[in-house]
Amino acid sequence: MSDITRAEVCVAACADLFLGAGETLASPMGLIPSLGAKLARLTTEPDLLLSDGEAFLLTPQSTVEGWLPYRKVFDVVAHGRRHVVMGANQVDRFGNQNISAIGDHARPTRQLLGFRGAPGNTVNHRTSYWVPRHSTRVLVEAVDVVSGVGYDRAAGPFHDVHRVVTNLAVLDFDTPDHSMRVVSVHPGVSVDEVQKQTSFPLVVQDVTETRLPTDEELELIRTRLDPGSKRDREVPQ
Amino acid sequence: MRDKRMTADEVVGEIKDGMTVGIGGWGSRRKPMALVKALLRSGVKDLTVVTYGGPDAGLLCAAGKVRKLVYGFVSLDSIPYDPWFKRARETASIEVLELDEGMFQTGLRAAGHRLPFLPIRAGLGSDVLKYAPELKTIRSPYDDGEELVAMPALKLDVALVHLNRADRHGNAQYLGPDPYFDDLFCLAADRRYVSCEQIVETFDGPPQTLLLNRMMVDGVVEAPGGAGFTSCVPDYGRDEALQREYAEAASDLEKWPDFYERFVG
Repeated sequence: MSDITRAEVCVAACADLFLGAGETLASPMGLIPSLGAKLARLTTEPDLLLSDGEAFLLTPQSTVEGWLPYRKVFDVVAHGRRHVVMGANQVDRFGNQNISAIGDHARPTRQLLGFRGAPGNTVNHRTSYWVPRHSTRVLVEAVDVVSGVGYDRAAGPFHDVHRVVTNLAVLDFDTPDHSMRVVSVHPGVSVDEVQKQTSFPLVVQDVTETRLPTDEELELIRTRLDPGSKRDREVPQ
Repeated sequence: MRDKRMTADEVVGEIKDGMTVGIGGWGSRRKPMALVKALLRSGVKDLTVVTYGGPDAGLLCAAGKVRKLVYGFVSLDSIPYDPWFKRARETASIEVLELDEGMFQTGLRAAGHRLPFLPIRAGLGSDVLKYAPELKTIRSPYDDGEELVAMPALKLDVALVHLNRADRHGNAQYLGPDPYFDDLFCLAADRRYVSCEQIVETFDGPPQTLLLNRMMVDGVVEAPGGAGFTSCVPDYGRDEALQREYAEAASDLEKWPDFYERFVG
């Protein structure tokens, strides 16, 4: 299939976050990660569990297969069989994330949501981040407030920040000091451009090109998961 | 059995300056807005408000009722940020204890169980502890020796919650998909007040939906529509138009007095 969009590349990259997850609760925040998790369940990871964003676990046919109100989500967080993909107003070279406030926490220049579940998520189970607009304002040297915990902090036995997927690239922390590395750049994006949009030096070695979605995946994305092409509004071509 | 029916104003009459008030629901979902409005109309001030925050937090900040806010987040769900909460934070007009949302639940549980604290892993390594130096860690006394957060009890003077149905004795039922943490708010509080869509003689539906029993409740207020504009499914969903109006007025101080007058009365 032709005319593959950047948004579709990002959806497939988000689907790949869940490779090997098995019977795990996928908690994608935002449209592209949600499409990715649903795509993974229809292809490589049929055992994934997904909620409706409220209190029910739904099958791919949208029938209720379980009840998961917030209090039980907290149980799953602590139990650990969960992979969350959170947004990030800021994320830094060691994977610290901020969704709390910009500036001084005592008197922020911009108040955001608050810590939400980021501190608990990041010390309990696998966490990835989705950044729809990769820029030096988001990919910062050091976050203003540490909500999600990065690799340069004492974070206990279950800390596992997996990857950052952006509109430009896929990044991870698989380096000796766990500083951020470019795994792949999306088709049409250069490593230089990714570096230019990042406030700290990225580790660059053996960078590949992010894979294109397969014909089967494109069919699923376009006809079943997002026929209204909402994805193109989140990641313009 | 005792008849615990009250009016919203009688509930607020039990709340004194400086008290710690827990508010049930979650974000812009099943908030006891009729009770919050009565609080807004009262002269009570200097409150510590403990909430999984939605417009309750914003409105109480707008009215200058809040000395300190304890929260994991404040959001209107379909609108990410509450403008009054943002303003209160960006002008540093309130004290805050900002927690991870699991720590918040653990604090309510500790209070309900009459424990000084409960251990939790959430918070370690994050800035929660940096901005709340009163929170301590504790080392496991067992062989693992793991360091954990000792989440202190979030003790409440008063809990305000809104459920779908209640009887006059204080038994109360939720009919939506999520109980949220309303039972924990009641267990954590000295005085517990539930408003409801309808007071009934007997309950329909599975007994598992009876979230509160009368041991956990001191007063019952019949308040049809009493969660609006937040959601109270299946009785009604969120009034998105009214919530948008709230958010727009809250963003524009010229529009605010008119909205506040109409909404709070």
